[in-house]
Amino acid sequence: MTNPNDPKWILSSSPHVFQGDTTARIMWQVVAALTPAVVWGVYAFGWRAAWVIGWCVAGAAAAESGALRLRGRPNALADGSAVLTGLLLGMNLPATSPWWMALLGGVVAIGLGKQVFGGLGQNPFNPALVARVFLLISFPVAMTNWAVPGGALADAVTAATPLGAAKTAVATHGALGDALAGIPWWKLFVGLQPGSLGEVSELLLLVGAAYLLWKRIIPWDIPVAFLGTLVLVTGAAWLGAPAKVVPPWFHLVTGGAVLGACYMATDMVTSPLTARGRWAFGVGCGLLTAVIRLWGGYPEGVSFAILLMNATVPLIDRFTKPRKFGWVPDAKGAAS
Amino acid sequence: MAARTFPLGGVHPPDQKHLSAAKPVEPAPLPDLLVVPLSQHIGAPARPVVKKGDRVLAGQAIGEAVGFVSVPVHAPTSGKVLRVEPAPHPLGPPQPAVIIEPDGDDRWADDLEPLTDPHGADPDEIRQRIQAAGIVGMGGATFPTHVKLSPPPEVKIDTVILNGVECEPYLTADHRLMLEEPDRILAGLRVILSVFGLDKGYIGIEENKPDAIELLGRKAREQGFAEVVPLAVKYPQGAEKQLIKAITGREVPSGQLPMAVGAVVQNVGTAAAIWDAVSVGRPLVERITTVTGEGVAEPRNLRVRIGTPVRHLIELAGGLRGEPGKLILGGPMMGIAHHDPDVPAVKGTSGVLLLPRDRVRTAPEGPCIRCGRCVDACPMGLAPTTLRTLIAHEMVAEADEWNALDCIECGSCSFVCPAAIPLVQAIRYAKGRVMARRRKGG
Repeated sequence: MTNPNDPKWILSSSPHVFQGDTTARIMWQVVAALTPAVVWGVYAFGWRAAWVIGWCVAGAAAAESGALRLRGRPNALADGSAVLTGLLLGMNLPATSPWWMALLGGVVAIGLGKQVFGGLGQNPFNPALVARVFLLISFPVAMTNWAVPGGALADAVTAATPLGAAKTAVATHGALGDALAGIPWWKLFVGLQPGSLGEVSELLLLVGAAYLLWKRIIPWDIPVAFLGTLVLVTGAAWLGAPAKVVPPWFHLVTGGAVLGACYMATDMVTSPLTARGRWAFGVGCGLLTAVIRLWGGYPEGVSFAILLMNATVPLIDRFTKPRKFGWVPDAKGAAS
Repeated sequence: MAARTFPLGGVHPPDQKHLSAAKPVEPAPLPDLLVVPLSQHIGAPARPVVKKGDRVLAGQAIGEAVGFVSVPVHAPTSGKVLRVEPAPHPLGPPQPAVIIEPDGDDRWADDLEPLTDPHGADPDEIRQRIQAAGIVGMGGATFPTHVKLSPPPEVKIDTVILNGVECEPYLTADHRLMLEEPDRILAGLRVILSVFGLDKGYIGIEENKPDAIELLGRKAREQGFAEVVPLAVKYPQGAEKQLIKAITGREVPSGQLPMAVGAVVQNVGTAAAIWDAVSVGRPLVERITTVTGEGVAEPRNLRVRIGTPVRHLIELAGGLRGEPGKLILGGPMMGIAHHDPDVPAVKGTSGVLLLPRDRVRTAPEGPCIRCGRCVDACPMGLAPTTLRTLIAHEMVAEADEWNALDCIECGSCSFVCPAAIPLVQAIRYAKGRVMARRRKGG
């Protein structure tokens, strides 16, 4: 028998057992959950989609490594967070994006979106969305050059997104007319539509989200509150003016609603801590998305909505403090 | 019907009870040396009443209670007092202890008379007897039992709950006690009920012990004064406030004791010890301890004399297995890691847990990613990551506002943290700072 005196027993405070999930495992599982939609993007828009994502990830990884080196911190690429940011940014870009724009976006996402605030866990805004909005306002033409899905061969055909086409029709003719005619919603749902290379297949995005929900990596309340509010508000507007407003189910299956609600608004770092807070956050995202889409100058509003709601998270956290156990309103000195 | 449980938070650590759940309790042979600390309870340590060279008999008081929140300490067997000096202690730095060399005869002192009518005795007589027998809460917190049974006159106790939850992973001492000695437990419960003039009590047991629920449930029905309540398997189901909430629906107000909602909770082992004290006149000199973990060769449940060095218990469990990692007194969620196997088992030692090195997490602390898992896991409705950030900046008043003092230190937050942040440790520190500030600021 080993002499119990011999070993150097490890001393540390309780608890002595742990659930086993790590930050890296969480990040890489989100990457894995996004893979089906990414593969679809490459299938639908050709290898240039993979090229765009590759440059985004490269830019994000380079900025992460460089910034950590400058700050004298250990390299943290293995935690997967920078790769995930690069991947998400790539999914938010048109497949026709030039390589330098993707690379710049990756660098901006990590540099301006994350490391300036102190790195992982410190950034108030979703880094991928910071970069996307930066690119959108800097290079508006390149950022709205939407390819038509059709496999690697059809690489020259571009068209407006369904939401963009609808917006243009209303702006020029005062009504939707036949802007959406002949587009069955299921075609949009499986991903046969122009749009950002990773957002077009709601079906595959939901498959990945279901996996993350099952693994309890993303909360269900943010996507449900986000998409539910979007449907309610756009639904009310549609009922009021069906000739001018896109029906609510089109709002769900086009644009970045599902990608944003399931993968960007649920970013742990930039969303509230408590269930009540997550509800408020999700409702806010859905509401702002609807307002921008219905009345804004842009056909799409998901990025702006999430970024604006990111700014409210410290406030939401403050006002949605968990309800503590043993809180009795009338007990003297007990309530606080 | 879903089993009852508490409403907020909670976690599900793998319970690992299979290692020892089927091992009947066996008496641990006496070691060569007993180290009996004079402080084995919350409150004033006992004052020694023996000195070097004295001969003592089992059950003889070797330390006397100092005040109300204090209990005496008794010799666990007959033998010679070698020394009275500071010795390793399970709760931290060395504490004064009586070191006894057993003579092997295990002769008992006969000065404690059993109460003639244990179930009809005067409540004050019962409380005195319980204190004289040195009985403390045996679930691990070691609060003197007679104090819990002495609420102020204006407080009306209407609910007595026995805690048979045993929600700490690995531990099976209470489980074995419930299976092997249900009558002692029920008799003890009846004594506690008589103190408050009640005719019915509850026994809460987690559903991962169906045999105990069945056996105690049947006996309770037969005897008519107890009801077994099956509870969902969720840590920390055995925490006092969580247990009361699950069974009665009442929420103990923040900063107050269970008596504020008319409840008294006692561990099942404590109830059995109470019965021994009033029916046989036997003071608390032994307890059941689970010696377990993947780091020990043959996990066992042992009936251990107080003061037995842990080294002896490890030997009785077949010695170490694998590369040694941690030696823990108590369970893996709230137990304390030790480096010295000479530390003795005491009245609150529910388990000796040995974890091999590959079961010990050594990952460095990473940055908080605000995943909120600690918030979801906290059974007290706190925001552990916020508290940790506040106290890291020495924002003590804010930590108080965010209810640091309500933390029950169950460790659920640290358990779930993917960034390996020592959250419960930070909050423990915060509690100390908040209390210091309150004392100073009034």
